[in-house]
Amino acid sequence: MPDAAPCNDDLRFGFDRRVVLPGPFALVSGQSLSQLEIAYETYGRLAGDGSNAILVCHALTMDQYVAGQNPRTGKPGWWPRLVGPGKPIDPDRHFIICSNVLGGCSGSTGPASVDPATGAPYAMAFPVISIRDMVNAQALLLDHLGVGRLAAIIGGSMGGMQALDWAVAWPDRVESVIAIAAAARHSAQNIAFHEVGRQAIMADPSWKSGQYPAEAPPAAGLAVARMAAHITYLSEAGLTERFGRRLQNREALGFGFDAEFQVESYLRHQGLAFVERFDANSYLYITRALDYFDLAAAHDGSLAGAFAGTKARFAIISFTSDWLYPTAESRRIVRALNAAGARVSFVELESPFGHDAFLLEAPEMNRVVDGFLRAGG
Amino acid sequence: MIAATPRLRPDLAAIADVVPWGARVLDIGCGDGALLAFLRDQKAVDARGIDVAAANVATAVTRGLSVVQGDADIDLPDYPDDGFDMAILSDTLQAVRAPADVLAQLLRIARRAVVSFPNFGHWRVRASLVLGGRMPVTRNLPVSWHETSNIHLCTIDDFRALAAARGYHIEAETYLSGGVRQSALLPNLFAEQAVFVLARR
Repeated sequence: MPDAAPCNDDLRFGFDRRVVLPGPFALVSGQSLSQLEIAYETYGRLAGDGSNAILVCHALTMDQYVAGQNPRTGKPGWWPRLVGPGKPIDPDRHFIICSNVLGGCSGSTGPASVDPATGAPYAMAFPVISIRDMVNAQALLLDHLGVGRLAAIIGGSMGGMQALDWAVAWPDRVESVIAIAAAARHSAQNIAFHEVGRQAIMADPSWKSGQYPAEAPPAAGLAVARMAAHITYLSEAGLTERFGRRLQNREALGFGFDAEFQVESYLRHQGLAFVERFDANSYLYITRALDYFDLAAAHDGSLAGAFAGTKARFAIISFTSDWLYPTAESRRIVRALNAAGARVSFVELESPFGHDAFLLEAPEMNRVVDGFLRAGG
Repeated sequence: MIAATPRLRPDLAAIADVVPWGARVLDIGCGDGALLAFLRDQKAVDARGIDVAAANVATAVTRGLSVVQGDADIDLPDYPDDGFDMAILSDTLQAVRAPADVLAQLLRIARRAVVSFPNFGHWRVRASLVLGGRMPVTRNLPVSWHETSNIHLCTIDDFRALAAARGYHIEAETYLSGGVRQSALLPNLFAEQAVFVLARR
């Protein structure tokens, strides 16, 4: 096979990469960052004509290790059902990029990063960021990688929001967009749940207005935030099926406040495990970015206006039991894309697993994503 | 692309015949996209579709089509005026809740509409009801009355009357029986299916 691209031995490509891009990096808030570090991974080879690049955008608490082992946790990539050899997004055919979002805690610039101006971590001095800022940071990464246009951009949940925002922010750089279990705005209920999480963190005395040492984070608050959020990722039917009212390691009610129910035990475990891998301040900033997200806002409230003139193809996928970003929100996106005359496909897939369905085994999702990507030629 | 011209169902072929080359087409109730794929490949149309079934949409997407899961009764108002040259409603009119409203939507979205439906005036249907005293179960209406999704069956003359009442111009009519196109001799009695091309006046 001829070497398709001269840059495949390039140190820019591969597992667990980092790049520091010179600033200033202007933010939607009007503030700026003096420099921008982005942690990312790439898989596969960029075609000589650059036509096979796919950007995968991660959700709130994920990272750049979409298909590679996370060196910190030792866990495999977080989307193995969709990304990998023989999968719809295939390093044998595609050049796949996934970066940790701006504000994240897996290597990209975020509140735990050192502020070059002070030599100390930003903590709450980190500027409030938006989904658009995340997208613009990804665009700079693509410049660094020599990727002009994306054959596709794909993401679930917050990743889907980034994918949609890409089509609005960089319409000439995106050929197709796949947004799964996503929405074009955060609803009052979405904001409300996030506020519960943020208040849990801020109410933890260890939070110390964000100035906590790395070894003593506000673990209890972050764990509660995760527990509340985790409920929104599941469905009532799913919880009932998995846990019901079953008790944990006991035959009868204990008349106390231990985790007597299996569902309590499960949530506590989810909370504790999350604290091991996520930074509390990052959680504050990223949830804020999500709450600020409203694609229509900059277009007089018209979502169709946001997509006006788009030439990209869109695939919008929702799941029946997802009540965090329900099908109605996907339909709203589809309506706007239709009104804008865009080429859009939409399907609501059956699943009992709630919002998390996009991360689980979903053969129909794979079929749609694969067919959609192949149709792009 | 090396591909044999696929064979379409006869009623779909009759519809395909009246779609002009290069048209912007919306197929409502597009099923797995067989007609749209044919039109895209053979007539270079800009093909979009709507279907109510997720599995059909998934298959249509794998054909490279832009298809949205949706309901003709609910989702057509989402489409802008004159977004298409032609709207297609094949074998679906009789299954919608508000056929007249759906027709009005078709002719708002597109200047022309192609509508195919089973003719409830066919003699076998009449015989079943008049002589047999039973709701008809025929080749084109194969499901018993209590299970059928067809809730607004009509005859060819009914359809013409509706078109006239709503001020739609009938540009063309095609009739089929047993999958074969047939002459215009008493179609209300002898045609099993009809394909109408409507236009706004």
